[in-house]
Amino acid sequence: MQTEIIFSGFGGQGALFAGQLMAYTALELDKHVTWFPSYGPEMRGGTAHCTVIISDEEIGSPVVTNPSVAVVMNLPSLDKYEPLVKPDGVLVVNSSLVDREAKRKDIEIVSVPANEIAEEMGEKRLANMILLGALLERLPILPADKVADALDRHIPEHRRSLLEPNLVAMKRGASVASG
Amino acid sequence: MTNPEMVESLIYEKPESLTDIGTHYCPGCTHGISHRLIAEVIDEMGAREDIIGIAPVGCAVFAYNYFNMDFAEAAHGRAPAMATGVKRVNPDKVVFTYQGDGDLASIGAAEILHATGRGENITVIFINNAIYGMTGGQMAPTTLPGQRTTSTPLGRDIELHGFPLRMCEILSQMDGAAYIVRRSLHDVAHIRKAKKALRTAFEVQRQGLGFSMVELLSSCPTNWNITAEDSLKWIETHMIPTYPLGDYKVHAALSVK
Amino acid sequence: MAKELLKGNDAFAEAAIRAGCEAYFGYPITPQTEALEHMSKRMPELRRVFLQAESEVAAINMVYGAACAGVRTMTSSSSPGISLMMEGLSYIAGSEVPVVVVNVMRGGPGLGNIAPSQADYNQMVKGGGHGDYHPIVLAPATVQEMIDLTVEAFDLAEKYRTIVAILADGSLGQIMEPAELPPMQPVRKLKDRPSWALTGAKKRDPNIISSIYIDPVEEEKVNLRLMAKKAEIEANEVRFRELLLDDAEFAVVAFGTAGRIAQSAITEARAEGIKVGLMRPISLFPFPYERIHQLADEVKAMLVVEMNGGQMLEDVRLGVEGKVPVSFYGRMGGMVPMPEEVLEEIQKLARSVKN
Ligand SMILES: Cc1ncc(C[n+]2csc(CCOP(=O)(O)OP(=O)(O)O)c2C)c(N)n1
Repeated sequence: MQTEIIFSGFGGQGALFAGQLMAYTALELDKHVTWFPSYGPEMRGGTAHCTVIISDEEIGSPVVTNPSVAVVMNLPSLDKYEPLVKPDGVLVVNSSLVDREAKRKDIEIVSVPANEIAEEMGEKRLANMILLGALLERLPILPADKVADALDRHIPEHRRSLLEPNLVAMKRGASVASG
Repeated sequence: MTNPEMVESLIYEKPESLTDIGTHYCPGCTHGISHRLIAEVIDEMGAREDIIGIAPVGCAVFAYNYFNMDFAEAAHGRAPAMATGVKRVNPDKVVFTYQGDGDLASIGAAEILHATGRGENITVIFINNAIYGMTGGQMAPTTLPGQRTTSTPLGRDIELHGFPLRMCEILSQMDGAAYIVRRSLHDVAHIRKAKKALRTAFEVQRQGLGFSMVELLSSCPTNWNITAEDSLKWIETHMIPTYPLGDYKVHAALSVK
Repeated sequence: MAKELLKGNDAFAEAAIRAGCEAYFGYPITPQTEALEHMSKRMPELRRVFLQAESEVAAINMVYGAACAGVRTMTSSSSPGISLMMEGLSYIAGSEVPVVVVNVMRGGPGLGNIAPSQADYNQMVKGGGHGDYHPIVLAPATVQEMIDLTVEAFDLAEKYRTIVAILADGSLGQIMEPAELPPMQPVRKLKDRPSWALTGAKKRDPNIISSIYIDPVEEEKVNLRLMAKKAEIEANEVRFRELLLDDAEFAVVAFGTAGRIAQSAITEARAEGIKVGLMRPISLFPFPYERIHQLADEVKAMLVVEMNGGQMLEDVRLGVEGKVPVSFYGRMGGMVPMPEEVLEEIQKLARSVKN
């Protein structure tokens, strides 16, 4: 079994970190995993995405044309990745930052107003975790409690106060996805 | 549709020497201000069609997208050498380089020194932001003692990394230098002075007096990890004491109108 | 030691530290800078030498100096920076001091871009600087190999008193994968430095390290010695990895990241019933000519995949000696081939031979 996930948004939205968190969790579960970021010269404002591949076997290519999952945090990411998700794959859309519905009928679409929920929670940087929570609810590739453990281990020290809110954010995302 | 009661007067216009393309610079970065000042000066001199620019490797690597004139892109640090080649075969054109502190004072130290030594009749615009912007905030030769960068995580330790290089002070010692000055971009009054200096530097070249350089103390809020506003204050409170503003060399024969 | 999730650039830097690297000199350049930053933090912690040089020209000559003093030393950079190091590398080769260099390649020529590339194959594998010399060149394809080959590089450099280059691409620098770091080796004690090292001529004759031999007779002797060393390396240090070649009718030859991508394509092709396997050279110098030569007897055709315009391709053809057709698929300028593209080339190859 191999699952390819693309997490994509504006720089600063936490797409890379959310992907890393999945990679850390996969490592703890003794799975094969690769995390491959976009990297660019723009320090600010550009788009950022990463490809995470989680597999039971050795991973060949760290990049894929057609991922099983795309989590898109803004409109350019939706436009880019919606057509690329594999048939029967999953597309998680941050509906707060896109002004159109996803069009594909052959994939599962999970629409989450992540920014609104995050703002409700009083911390707009939580949108990435809300979307991750939603994804894991729909496609349980990694157990949510293991992700929480990994977060506890890898959250940067100066962000530690955000640990609890992050965990709550994942749950909020999960409840949107299950509802 | 015009309202006869109102008289239109144009108070702001984009210089012809700039293109319509928005820059890629981070919010609060002063590269954009330097670009505009240079473009205004070139417009005022009516020199747009007579000027050739050389872009550096650094955040200003795409400068030629923003300047509306002939331009070449040099290898990291080599802009003064490339400008030399362009100028020697185009002696009646105005040739300038635009370089960051890593480009000019680190990897390109030999080229800038020898261009000055030769009294090469070019103009160098030197953007000193005390850091490597493009590669994500490593130490530059101009990084201040104690300043944290991604390659001096505990702050620049002069025992390990040496002292900041003061390029105006160094180059002004050389016989080939005709006009060497340092200005700052941290507020409007200083920006005005910077513009005057740029004009003078190009005049020096036009008068064939030799090598001219304007150093501009500049901001990098992204890699200094502070707000845009604080970064302007930081120039004033931290950079100017290490890099005093002033005229380090002015050729005696310079005639300014 | 347990596996950790490591970024390629951090991983090889830490591996070098664990292998006893005592002095690192470098200059920032994307997509390699994290290695320099890692060193800037770790080396002072361990009271070892880290210095950000004023340029790659200076960095490689600082490495040259430290190597002359008999310590384990290295630098790392990316393509434009490596170009600047070529003079220094030629001097180092001529002086026969052990040095490790990592090139995290990016798109070129010129300033190019910062995307992954393999276009410095010829530069590194064929020498790069002036004169007749061949660095050992090792090409990792995973973060674990980045680690293991870096450690090995220090041993090989000292064993043969040669340059060992790690040739990786931007994606290997940036990727994170689970990998295991080796245990920490102590740095060499001053008294254990090699007898040829510059440590002060106390109670011994002065040691001279130089690459100038004005008398061509002498210079030729040095060259002959370098050639003898080359032959020894060719005999002993060939490394490659093979996959699914036992019953294969076709072989894909690809190194580094292109090798991994080809591996995915091969899995797909096998699922379609095409009998294809992978030959992934790990030592690019010494190149596995012999194995390629044998392989040409076992398969009907070969496909070379690279992230360049066809550089290793020439070495594969030298190995094949015309015995089977060799086709090529490459992406350039920082473009990474996708598994589907390679699959299509494999399908073409299979069709062309059947027809
Ligand atoms: C030979 C070479 N070495 C390193 C680099 C990587 N590099 C690109 S920009 C840069 C530093 C730029 O800093 P600076 O000149 O201060 O300009 P800024 O980006 O701050 O405007 C470096 C080291 C390169 N492109 N070429």
